[in-house]
Amino acid sequence: MRSAVIVFPGSNCDMDVFQALKQMGCRVEFVWHKEHRLEGFDLVVLPGGFSYGDYLRAGAIARFSPIMQEVVRFARKGGRVLGICNGFQILTEAGLLPGALLRNRNLRFVCQFVYVRVENPHTGFTHRVPPGRALHIPIAHGEGNYFIDPQGLQQLEDHHQIVFRYATANNEVIPEVNPNGSVANIAGIMNREGNVLGMMPHPERAVEAVLGSEDGRWIFESLMTA
Amino acid sequence: MQEPRVTPALALEHGLSEEEYQKILDILGRTPTFTELGIFSVMWSEHCSYKNSIAEIKTLPRTGPRLLVGAGEENAGLVDIGDGLAVCFKIESHNHPSAVEPYQGAATGVGGIMRDVFSMGARPVAALNSLRFGPLDQARNRYLLDGVVRGIADYGNCLGVPTIAGEIYFEDCYTHNPLVNAMTVGIVRHDQTATAVARGAGNPVFLIGSRTGRDGIHGATFASEELTETSEERRPNVQVGDPFTEKLLLEATLEMIRKRLLVGIQDMGAAGITCSTTEMSAKGNAGMEIDLDKVPLREPGMTAYEIMLSESQERMLAVVKKGREEAVRRICRKWDLICEQIGEVIDEPILRVYHQGKTVAEVPPYSCVLGGGAPVYHREARRPAYLDEVQSFDFERLPPVADLEAAFRKVFSSPNIVSRRWVYQQYDHMVQTSTVVHPGGDAAVIRIRGTRKGIAMKTDGNGRYVYLNPRRGGQIAVAEAARNVVCTGALPLAITNCLNFGNPYKPEMFYLFKEAVAGIGDACRVLETPVTGGNVSFYNEGPEGAVYPTPVIGMIGLIEDIAQVTPAAFQSEGDEIYLIGRTAPEIGGSEFLKVVYQKITGDIPALDLRREKATQQAVLGAIRRGWVRSAHDISDGGLLVALAECCILNPERSLGAHIHWVPPKERPEWWLFSESQSRFLLSVPPDRRRQLEEWFRNQHIPIQRLGTVGGSELRLASILALPLKELQEMYYQTLPRIMEW
Repeated sequence: MRSAVIVFPGSNCDMDVFQALKQMGCRVEFVWHKEHRLEGFDLVVLPGGFSYGDYLRAGAIARFSPIMQEVVRFARKGGRVLGICNGFQILTEAGLLPGALLRNRNLRFVCQFVYVRVENPHTGFTHRVPPGRALHIPIAHGEGNYFIDPQGLQQLEDHHQIVFRYATANNEVIPEVNPNGSVANIAGIMNREGNVLGMMPHPERAVEAVLGSEDGRWIFESLMTA
Repeated sequence: MQEPRVTPALALEHGLSEEEYQKILDILGRTPTFTELGIFSVMWSEHCSYKNSIAEIKTLPRTGPRLLVGAGEENAGLVDIGDGLAVCFKIESHNHPSAVEPYQGAATGVGGIMRDVFSMGARPVAALNSLRFGPLDQARNRYLLDGVVRGIADYGNCLGVPTIAGEIYFEDCYTHNPLVNAMTVGIVRHDQTATAVARGAGNPVFLIGSRTGRDGIHGATFASEELTETSEERRPNVQVGDPFTEKLLLEATLEMIRKRLLVGIQDMGAAGITCSTTEMSAKGNAGMEIDLDKVPLREPGMTAYEIMLSESQERMLAVVKKGREEAVRRICRKWDLICEQIGEVIDEPILRVYHQGKTVAEVPPYSCVLGGGAPVYHREARRPAYLDEVQSFDFERLPPVADLEAAFRKVFSSPNIVSRRWVYQQYDHMVQTSTVVHPGGDAAVIRIRGTRKGIAMKTDGNGRYVYLNPRRGGQIAVAEAARNVVCTGALPLAITNCLNFGNPYKPEMFYLFKEAVAGIGDACRVLETPVTGGNVSFYNEGPEGAVYPTPVIGMIGLIEDIAQVTPAAFQSEGDEIYLIGRTAPEIGGSEFLKVVYQKITGDIPALDLRREKATQQAVLGAIRRGWVRSAHDISDGGLLVALAECCILNPERSLGAHIHWVPPKERPEWWLFSESQSRFLLSVPPDRRRQLEEWFRNQHIPIQRLGTVGGSELRLASILALPLKELQEMYYQTLPRIMEW
């Protein structure tokens, strides 16, 4: 599999996701945001960070980067796109995913390990996750409070677009473990076609035992064997 | 614009003494211009010149087989860790800016120390800090803590450097003058380091990064005076940080260094263009011609004086190899950074500055800088009278503690003891995917990619101890930092220090400084951890007096094999718990004495540095032999607090402990809350008992079996029993409860 990691000015998880994909045996290349070509890639990753400093609204400026037109075209053609953290924010700003990411409920940045329940195991991003297993993955964001209106939420539910929800280690979705105030504990969603996924947790931070968890590997493995 | 006429009175207003002004007249052989007066006044400010501290600093051990550059030679220290790699690290204070504008003060403190590290070619891999505030029952102190933590978080998080360790203490004396010390650790290949030098006549001088504005003018001078009621007016002196630009500057700088386009590079921190041009020129025995009309400005109408003294952030001064200008410009274009040639290097050792067709300054760089013409003073030191009084405090006068459990609850829920999770969860401490030991334990650890190695790091400094006994307090600061690093399985390598003290012109203050520095030197010599550099912050005094003398030690240690990293928390039911080291009833300056008796007095615990070193080596030996499942140092709060921490430091897998060791009947609290030095708590699997006991006995290090890991409470014989749930509540919920009001 050949993957592209898009680098915006201010991306800071670009190297981390590059290393994780390489470790998983992927061919991976950086693509600078001023470039215009995404041919020959099987996967495009929008990494975490603070694109353009995110002084306005996370992802609001990055969506105007030259490469984003290509990312949209790539996605429309059915190419797989994974947006992590800031990447998720950019995908909602670019209209590739519904809803928006607001500031965390307590208005503070939060960095910690969380558990997420896989809500839809029949996706190109999750099919390798062992059934019933809550994934132990870190989050690190100030604007991860997923918001969508009730109709939108209904549509997400109807089309099985909710992929991850914050949960306990025993896979129960309860308000107490919602770290940021997201609607319905949502941690990650995909588009209706199932080829674009946005998630706040960082799977690239959970691919080695020495880092505290290897659960992120299931997501990359799913992508590589889809 | 007409510059003001320079008079002796104007020089005094700039913070220069009469004697110093005379020295300037002698150097120049004429009256300085207004811009020149500005240059000398910032370069000779305490902040840039270290004029009152350098004589003492030079007594510290500053050499060692692993040091690649000596202290003071470069912007940060450089320590060899093998495999062709070096660790580059330094700590710096941003106390006064944070006192009046906590968010920006702290943020720019982080930004400045990051630039010190990446201007040497090292990629920052970790950030640490050390913070002091007044008590949290006052709203303003909560506001300061909140703002400082946000400032550190927003800057470091955006930059993508994990903030992985630190310390915070609350004492009355920091109410008007909080301390904000920031440290950065970077990694660099030996052959890719950069230096802060200007040489080679005709080499172009570039300013890279942000535009220059009116922010931060005379920041260095502000840092060199006491805080007063009118300090609030200094808010415009505080610079504003832009971590996004810093991130671009970081990538561009490392790319230019890697491609060998530069002769030298230095960040612009205190005193901006003035400091970087004079220091780089002085270091290369060269000069520069600088045209201020070329400096990209944020606003029109800035004077030469303002441009020279601006402390606008996120700027670098680079001396580019002649012929490589276009390559430098190309890199800056890629990163959307401003990049302008503002002058060139000349052979003549003169800094000549032009503005609007006129020469506005012409000074010999060497005369401006530390180690050159900057003044050096040997201040008077006098032992403060209070020391005898506190050190002879008679503890027998204290009423005995009737309820040990209540006393423990008080200590264990003290803001100085409880978990700092509320703070470090706001810091991205996992970006760069190398954090092996997270914040919350003794020291933090990152792995070094491409090797089996890891770096352990910690900041430490007990101001209360130094206040009560400056010499030994200085020693303990180093010893405890080393102990923390050893607990993770690392060999202590070297330190950086940030010396936060009061006004050096007061002989009592200077005595505390001198003694504490001597104490740091004592410990560094015995523990073989040389000082690679650091920062002195004087004038930490508010209207109600000085802060405790607070030297902060930033220690790094090397882990040869990351597989041997040892956690602080108990790991397994049935493991045996051991106390290493000797306990005496030493409660002087302890957290127990403060929270139970509201007293900060007494002499502090004894310290035998040779015993300390032997104990550390023995613990490290046991860890490296693979016998130890957890290791934690015993410090603030004493044995009982350390035991409780070992039970719950892993909140997802707390483990109880059954302690059958019983303290003496007479004043048991003095033994349970004693802060005796050179002690560790280890847990080992039962089948390692014999080896461990023999190991320590053979080295004549006291070892005592205390009990076993297991159960759902911390039980101390029949004296007390504390459910884990209750311990967790106290430890993890105290700070959020105070701060989320």
